[in-house]
Amino acid sequence: MLSRVADSCYWMSRYIERAETNARLLNVNMSLMLDLEDADETSVKRYWEPVLATLEDQELFYKLYDRISAETVMEFVTFEKQNPNSVLSCISRARENARTVREQISSEMWERLNKLYLYIRSDKARTDFRNTPFDFYRSVIDDSHLFQGITDATMTHGEGWDFIQVGKYLERADSTSRVLDIKYHILLPTGEPVGGNVDLTQWMAVLRSCSAVEAYLKVRVGHISASEIAQFLILHPSFPRSIRFCVDQMDRAIHRISGSSVFGFHNDPERLSGMLRAQIAYATIDSIFLCGLHEYLDNTQLRLTEISNALVKTYCEWLDEPK
Amino acid sequence: MFSNYDVGGFFDEMFDSSGNVRPHYATLLRRFGQMDPEEFARKNTMAANSYLSQGITFTVYSGDEGTERIFPFDLIPRIVPADEWAHIEKGLVQRLTALNMFLHDIYHEQRIIKEKVIPEEVIRSAKHFRPEFMGFDVPKNIYIHVCGTDLIRDNTGQYLVLEDNGRCPSGVSYVLENRQAMKRVFPRLFSKYPVRPVDRYPQELLSVLRYIAPGGKPDPVCAVLTPGIYNSAYFEHSFLAREMGIEIVVGADLVVENRRVYMKTTRGLQQVDVIYRRIDDDFLDPLVFRKDSVLGVPGLVDAYRAGNVALANSIGTGVADDKVTYYYVPRMIEFYLGEKPILPNVETYLSSEESDRKYILEHIDELVIKSANESGGYGMLIGPHATKEEIEKFRQAIIADPRGYVAQPVIQLSRSPSYCDGVIEGRHIDLRPYILSGEKTTIIPGGLTRVALRKGSLVVNSSQGGGSKDTWVLDDYDPGLSQYQDDGMQTQSMGGMTQSQS
Repeated sequence: MLSRVADSCYWMSRYIERAETNARLLNVNMSLMLDLEDADETSVKRYWEPVLATLEDQELFYKLYDRISAETVMEFVTFEKQNPNSVLSCISRARENARTVREQISSEMWERLNKLYLYIRSDKARTDFRNTPFDFYRSVIDDSHLFQGITDATMTHGEGWDFIQVGKYLERADSTSRVLDIKYHILLPTGEPVGGNVDLTQWMAVLRSCSAVEAYLKVRVGHISASEIAQFLILHPSFPRSIRFCVDQMDRAIHRISGSSVFGFHNDPERLSGMLRAQIAYATIDSIFLCGLHEYLDNTQLRLTEISNALVKTYCEWLDEPK
Repeated sequence: MFSNYDVGGFFDEMFDSSGNVRPHYATLLRRFGQMDPEEFARKNTMAANSYLSQGITFTVYSGDEGTERIFPFDLIPRIVPADEWAHIEKGLVQRLTALNMFLHDIYHEQRIIKEKVIPEEVIRSAKHFRPEFMGFDVPKNIYIHVCGTDLIRDNTGQYLVLEDNGRCPSGVSYVLENRQAMKRVFPRLFSKYPVRPVDRYPQELLSVLRYIAPGGKPDPVCAVLTPGIYNSAYFEHSFLAREMGIEIVVGADLVVENRRVYMKTTRGLQQVDVIYRRIDDDFLDPLVFRKDSVLGVPGLVDAYRAGNVALANSIGTGVADDKVTYYYVPRMIEFYLGEKPILPNVETYLSSEESDRKYILEHIDELVIKSANESGGYGMLIGPHATKEEIEKFRQAIIADPRGYVAQPVIQLSRSPSYCDGVIEGRHIDLRPYILSGEKTTIIPGGLTRVALRKGSLVVNSSQGGGSKDTWVLDDYDPGLSQYQDDGMQTQSMGGMTQSQS
């Protein structure tokens, strides 16, 4: 497969997943705000700033907007063209990548993504966003699911598909770690210890951001505690948005690309992803809290970035290196 | 919907001069005649939406943002009866055969110059002539592998050749997509006509590419070379690559080592044997042609010279579709083949000839003036429709560069009923069939019918407000046969029952 094509498949998949994560975060935060009875300026700030912190976009936000409010954050994360990670930008970039590999992906995949792109740029999207924001975000999330489903059902599960899987799971592991980290940012001002007496609503919101409420409640009937929610979202072996599950799937896909066994490595991306996988497989939630949840998540994000860089370097940029 | 239709004194594809429907359009008229305007409008929107959602678009740049437009599609097909097509086909094969012989000759012995059929000056001054390739033998001696020849019909209905496109003719993807759209919008109409299929084109193009592989390699690696996603024809490049099942590459995906061309893949370098390039000669290789080209591949021409990679079309074919060369094509046919041209040229005046130039300058407001090397409707003046300033500009240009222009009388192109702003009116059309030259010369039965959607306009190019139609080439058939008359749906027998959970 052409290196450029591999690169485009990988990034197309990451951007779609990122658009979905953003839509989900906004949706959940919006409903969280509805539960809030005294929505004064401080609490507005307290609820919306973590969203920006999670996406690591604060600096750009304050360059573009004077003050933080539900409207400005939502605009910034949804439609802002100058924000390279807004839902609109992510979908545009995913589609741009898809265009360059149109002959590699199925027509069904392309058409789904193209329709989403045409919609998000249309006046109708604006109207829907104003009138029924929940439904609006929901439809973006649904379209992302539809795209991944169509991908699985219509594209040959070969090398290109593997790159798409790596992109999807790497981005998802990263976003789950960011969503969990939101708690750190919310709790920071009050200094409340993580895992202590927590605000259940907020922890439920974290679960909801990962579409994990139902799955969690089935596993831990009647128990809602910070440590167990963190455990679920980090370590659960088969919930499809837990970090462990995503890293497992990512590692398998990375090994499939070269055809090597998951018990060893042939190149840097395989080595790095295998190490991360093993490290999560043998972690406990206590050991994670001991080193600090925020530090742990931060470290996970750094390692995911390393894997991504190694992957791109090994398969996609190998020839551009100076000889 | 056709009750107020007026042929307006032009040759109309659907109706004769007294307004009677031509036999091969009768069934279509019955079907469309029954439709109410709302239904037609709905189908029109349906077709447009399907182009947009499939991303069958070209990009128009204005300001910082490019907007994607669809090439307007007109729902009323252009129908070509079997006997007319047989005539066109014969004429095009004859023409392309002569053009390929001309290119071989011009890059070798130059007999046609020595025997004074074409003045040497015409060739020497042709912008796209590549003297660097004198004496070079192209694979299988084929120069133009893909040719798009524009045909028009005059007011008697006679088919004339307007121009040849022997470099990178585009538009063939619309031939296939228009057919798909028509089938989606009017599925039942196709059972009423023996329309010949066009969907074999990509496979036939692929067999041409495989045929010219260096050293007759049995399983050559072929690729489409595109300038990239910002090129207005990118959709077509990717479409053809997809339909042929081969890679589409940009210049940066390729590298030349040891006079061989390789693709950069996730598994290392892979050699490429045949390149269907959709980049003009000028941009192909910055080491040989334009130094500033970032689209091309350094060393590609050298690999081509070494015979390690084949290119379609070959380098230097532009000398054959130069509009001054065009003037000589009928003579070429007689010179190389000893035959009379089956499809005549449009009468043409060369401003490089003293007497012709005098005539052109005196009658400039009645003529069409064309720049010898431009295409796509650019560099053209239609005298009767032009302003005084435009005419003056061309007059000066002709005087300054006589070799750069030719002139033709204004041909009243044939018209076809077309759907414009809710009503059906006559609009001028042309036809671009695609001719493939490999082991044998083939033409897909169909082509791109372009239509000038602006009222009165004679310019069909997409950049100038043109649209397109599906082109139906019919098999020989008897319109009286029940198959083509019966209006009921055919029923299909059912296979085995599907199992369900009990």
